[in-house]
Parts: sequence; structure tokens; C-alpha cells
Amino acid sequence: MSDINAFIDDKVKSNEVFLFMKGTPAFPQCGFSGQVVQILNYLGVKYDSANVLESDELREGIKAYTNWPTIPQLYVKGEFVGGADIVREMFQAGELQDLLKDVQAA
Amino acid sequence: MAMDPAEIARMIKEALPDASVEVEDYAGDGDHFRATIVSEAFRGKTRVQQHRLINDALAGKLGGDLHALTLQCSAPE
Repeated sequence: MSDINAFIDDKVKSNEVFLFMKGTPAFPQCGFSGQVVQILNYLGVKYDSANVLESDELREGIKAYTNWPTIPQLYVKGEFVGGADIVREMFQAGELQDLLKDVQAA
Repeated sequence: MAMDPAEIARMIKEALPDASVEVEDYAGDGDHFRATIVSEAFRGKTRVQQHRLINDALAGKLGGDLHALTLQCSAPE
């Protein structure tokens, strides 16, 4: 496993909720990343994030790791949940709330 | 790099011939699109699986030439 894969693997497995995004939760640099941050903040769950704009290696690495071409990417308990569309649809359907109901609060 | 909505629709229909596909350039900048796709291929699949079908259909474009594509996937009623 390459270094970047090992880095990603560690992040998604050592954090219950982890978001790969453009920018930071305080300063999202893309509307789609911002939408996911808003939803996670609204639900009040504890999450950590990585800014793919800080590293081309991470930006390309996460696309390959998930086999998913776009950012943001949300992971819960080591499993890929989806990008902005899927997270929004799951939130609107109440499915995201179910998925996150027993994770640590922020 | 801008893309034509008709080209996006053509690529999706090539992969999913039964699909009804509407692609809208909602920002008017040739870079942010919304696609509404209805196909039997989505039935019984998770959202991630549905999106992967479209990601594959647009191989190499999404995240490259195509910056943003909001997807709404469903099976026929």
C-alpha cells in the first residue's frame, strides 16, 4: 500500500466520521463541500476532515482509494457513504440521521 | 474546460440505452450541470451503486473536464 493510501486508510478507520473536502469546515472552498459541512454541523456529530486542496497527492489519492471521481467524500466507520448529492438525499430521507445516530456528538 | 449538456446526455444514454436523461447547465457556465436520469438499471441499487454507473458512463470526464454534475437517479415508477 502506498503512503497516501495508508494515510487515507488510517484517517477513515481511526475517525468515526471523516470528510475529504475542498477547504476546511470553517472555510469551505467549494459549494458542494460546504453543503456536507452544513449537514454534519446541523446534525451535531463529531467529525474530522482533510483539505484536498493542500495536497495533489491526497486529491488524486482519495479519488483512487474510493474509485470515485469527485470531492467531497464522506466516510462513516470506515465505509464510503457518498458525495454531496448522496449525503443531501440521505439527509432529506432521514437515512443519514439513522446512520449517524450512535456516533459521538460534537 | 466547458462541456456541452448534449454530450453529457449522449454519454449517459450510450451506457444506459433505456434511460430518460435531462441535463441542465444550471449556472450557465458550461461547468455546473444537473442531470435527472430515470433508468431500470438503477432499480434495487444503492445510491452509491447508481452514481457509479454514471461515473463509469462519463469515464474520465467527471472531476476533469466536467467540474460539477449534480445527479438525481431513479428507477421508473
